[in-house]
Amino acid sequence: MSSMDDYQPLRGADHAPGDEPARGREVAEGVLGYLIGLALAILLTAVSFFIAGTFLVWRPSIPIALVVLAIAQIGVHLVFFLHITTGPDNVNNVLALAFGVLIVFLILVGSLWIMYNLNGNMTPMNM
Amino acid sequence: MFGKLTWDAIPFDQPIPLAAGALVIVVIVGVVAFIAVKGWIPYLWREWITSVDHKHIGIMYVTLAAVMLLRGFIDAIMMRSQQAIAFRSQGYLPPEHYNQIFSAHGTIMIFFVAMPFVIGLMNFVAPLQLGVRDVAFPTLNSVSFWLTATGALLVNLSLVVGEFSRTGWLPFPPLSELTYSPDVGVDYYLWAVQISGVGTLMTGVNFVTTILKIHAPGMTYMRMPVFCWTALASNLLIVAAFPVLTATLAMLTLDRYLGFHFFTNKAGGNVMMFMNLIWIWGHPEVYILVLPAFGVFSEVVSTFSRKPLFGYRSMVWATMAICVIAYMVWLHHFFTMGAGPNVNAVFGIASMIIAVPTGVKIFNWLFTMYGGRVHYATPMLWSIGFMVTFVIGGLTGVLVAVVPADFMLHNSLFQVAHFHNVIIGGVLFGAFAGYTFWFPKAFGFRLHEGWGKAAFWCWLIGFYLAFMPLYVVGLMGMTRRMQHYDVPEWRPWLLVAAVGAAVILAGILCQVAQLVVSIRHREELRDTTGDPWMGRALEWSTSSPPPAFNFAVLPRVESRDDYWRRARLAERGAGPTVEPIYRPIEMPRNSATGFVCAFFATFGGFGMIWQIWWLVAVSLLGAFATFVVFAWRDRTEYEIPADEVARIDRANRRARGEAVAPAGALS
Amino acid sequence: MTAFQAGAGYGDGRPEEARGPAAAVFDHADPASKRIIVGYGFWIFLLSDIVMFSAFFATYAVLVQETAGGPSGRDLFNLHNVAIETGCLLLSSFTCGLAAIGSRAHNGLMYYGGMAATCVLGLGFLGIEIHEFAGMIAQGAGPTRSAFLSAFFTLVGCHGLHVTLGILWLLTMVAQVFAKGYRADILRRVLCFALFWHTLDIIWVAIFTVVYLLGAGA
Repeated sequence: MSSMDDYQPLRGADHAPGDEPARGREVAEGVLGYLIGLALAILLTAVSFFIAGTFLVWRPSIPIALVVLAIAQIGVHLVFFLHITTGPDNVNNVLALAFGVLIVFLILVGSLWIMYNLNGNMTPMNM
Repeated sequence: MFGKLTWDAIPFDQPIPLAAGALVIVVIVGVVAFIAVKGWIPYLWREWITSVDHKHIGIMYVTLAAVMLLRGFIDAIMMRSQQAIAFRSQGYLPPEHYNQIFSAHGTIMIFFVAMPFVIGLMNFVAPLQLGVRDVAFPTLNSVSFWLTATGALLVNLSLVVGEFSRTGWLPFPPLSELTYSPDVGVDYYLWAVQISGVGTLMTGVNFVTTILKIHAPGMTYMRMPVFCWTALASNLLIVAAFPVLTATLAMLTLDRYLGFHFFTNKAGGNVMMFMNLIWIWGHPEVYILVLPAFGVFSEVVSTFSRKPLFGYRSMVWATMAICVIAYMVWLHHFFTMGAGPNVNAVFGIASMIIAVPTGVKIFNWLFTMYGGRVHYATPMLWSIGFMVTFVIGGLTGVLVAVVPADFMLHNSLFQVAHFHNVIIGGVLFGAFAGYTFWFPKAFGFRLHEGWGKAAFWCWLIGFYLAFMPLYVVGLMGMTRRMQHYDVPEWRPWLLVAAVGAAVILAGILCQVAQLVVSIRHREELRDTTGDPWMGRALEWSTSSPPPAFNFAVLPRVESRDDYWRRARLAERGAGPTVEPIYRPIEMPRNSATGFVCAFFATFGGFGMIWQIWWLVAVSLLGAFATFVVFAWRDRTEYEIPADEVARIDRANRRARGEAVAPAGALS
Repeated sequence: MTAFQAGAGYGDGRPEEARGPAAAVFDHADPASKRIIVGYGFWIFLLSDIVMFSAFFATYAVLVQETAGGPSGRDLFNLHNVAIETGCLLLSSFTCGLAAIGSRAHNGLMYYGGMAATCVLGLGFLGIEIHEFAGMIAQGAGPTRSAFLSAFFTLVGCHGLHVTLGILWLLTMVAQVFAKGYRADILRRVLCFALFWHTLDIIWVAIFTVVYLLGAGA
């Protein structure tokens, strides 16, 4: 009815999640993408393992650093291995991922906050 | 050889389950024998059991729900009569039995009545409203249904072999741990719900994909009927919530079977974590149930008010807002567990906020009716009954969202009255409205109006008689799930509630009568045009029932309520006059995968419950083999030739033309 | 024939190019559209699987201190093995990517080679993990010892179970291509398998960070 109605993505222009970016691309280009992803992931993994055991970094910051590195590596996986991009043909895939991330966040943060409070209000146990 | 299973499992010493079980067995054997003798088995196998057609699967879901409604309602009658009698007496149901009854009642009503009912309606209607031929994964759809049926079968089997859980419809530890529930009751519950939960999750994946990715040409998201939006929201919640149920029940299962310590009192287990996790699932679950009901009301109210739905955009926003906020309120189910005022306040406020988009919906329905020419057919009566009843239930919900009030009312009959108020007034009334509204589309003839109205009034009056006293008695301090009591002030109210249950029984009998009478008089009630109600959405452009392929040619959608617009144009003679070009249509082949999968799931579940390990191993192998056999298929589709499509479509067009004999108005 | 008999205006003979993905899927089984739909459906399933894992993660985080006087992560975890497991799984994601490229290019060497390497690396991962679990159980640190250990074995074990099912799936996909060639529906399943395998690696990143690195250093 209204000309302001939003339109679906153009037919056939949606992209299957995880699929190679474009059909006509060379095999070599595809392999290069995976190689870059592998290299970045190895780098992030190595840094994570190193940081976990070292005393060169201020120790209280280590948990946060590890989480950040993990998130970065997950991002590398999503971009280089799962080919999730921000292009218009990926909107549905990104929205679904965002929904999933929201739910995971609610479960993790919600549970930790609630259980911390519940546990804290328990009657102290006799030693 | 047979694990824990012995002859003692059959309740020879308990007359009530023994008699009930015997009756059920006789009925089932009788029905199967009747069907076999009449020679209907090949037809049933071909057209229904192995069907991957969303319409047939939807009808089977609703049938399962209706049958299980009878079983769950019998449990309700038993509870109401026990509480009417058991004043300073033990009544007729010993506690061990009474506890199983209220546990079975809740489990059956939520998992095997309400869920299948709304999933069945979404199955039947959504692809038709989207203007497409089927869901994204038709065989997976069949698997979903049969796994749900497996769960229902296991729960009912507990009546005859063994016993059911005594922990209520959610198995809270430590009562549900092996120490305090050593028998198989909780295991029956766990496997029935786990197995059907897998089926439901598959449905969620199926419908999210279908609604987001498969539309008729021109059907943009903002032209979808509101029922499809609510179906989308409901299925997004299924995808987001059911995995948590799976994980939580799995952890309880590991505690019981392998001695893990998630929720035990010893070795560091945390009982409260179960509550936290199960309600992370449990709250979205009730919105999974009620959102499709809201969708039904949007369709019914606009159709029977002869007006487009008021405020389409705000309806869409309200629906998606409810979807998201539904995942942010779960702690209100355990305010009294002790998280403290800060945490309780946050979730209490969130629980009140979720009432706002619901209120937006109610106002939109009212504004749809205002200024319209309202026809009070049975579906519309259910809708109006819903609006009044659900608002009352919602108000009591906002009341218990006030944390200090909840500290008084938690686990009282006030809470029981509240959730029955919203589930019956919302979900069940919506299901009945949808059942009456779409029955002609599914079967080709309308339901008898007189019996329908009688059923509605009995349900409405019966509901208020049965549940309003429970609010009163809850405020007086009566706890839920009481097998007997000795407070005289409560008694009169419980007697009224028992009368209410009897009136609801009359309502159910009216519905059974309605079905029988309608089938007997189906020729007089025949729907010849496919559009008995002057419908608005695309399902009404098909014949009743629709052909396997739904639409001979996929409709080209140009607006909301596109069918309504084109039908009115056609009536005035202003529509196109050319016949379409018919092409052959490929449809997915039937498959026994769903049924066979469920067969192995039933035996596997039974084996797990009674710890018959060889049976479990065989069932797992069988399930894997079924999967591989399905994957190895070469022919997945069959073709309907163009002239067959043409023949079917021309018949539909002719029937619509003939019904308009005096050219002009339909109603 | 009246206009109304013309079915209320539908099917007016417009050409098919004017149709969208739905028509393509059901009228002519356009492979490109089916691939998008199947891929998206599996993506939604994977998100539900991630939600399930997050429930196990939440439980682990809540119970991680509940060692009931028994051993904690610091006492039990061998980061050397974890590094090898991580290497195996990460490399297997890479070889799985190669196999996916090979399947689209109908290149047998890349496909079968990639899948074989993925299988070997996956089995290597499983072998180390089973060895770790067996060792822990042997020294009395099994899942029945404490809530922490129950949560650990369930979270990490669930991931291992997914890897096991993935390997069974991998073998099935190799058999299918071998038996039936690079058919469109089989390629769709290879796409789903690749999605699954990469997601398992993503979950492992979370596990080795939260369970092992944070647990061992605590």
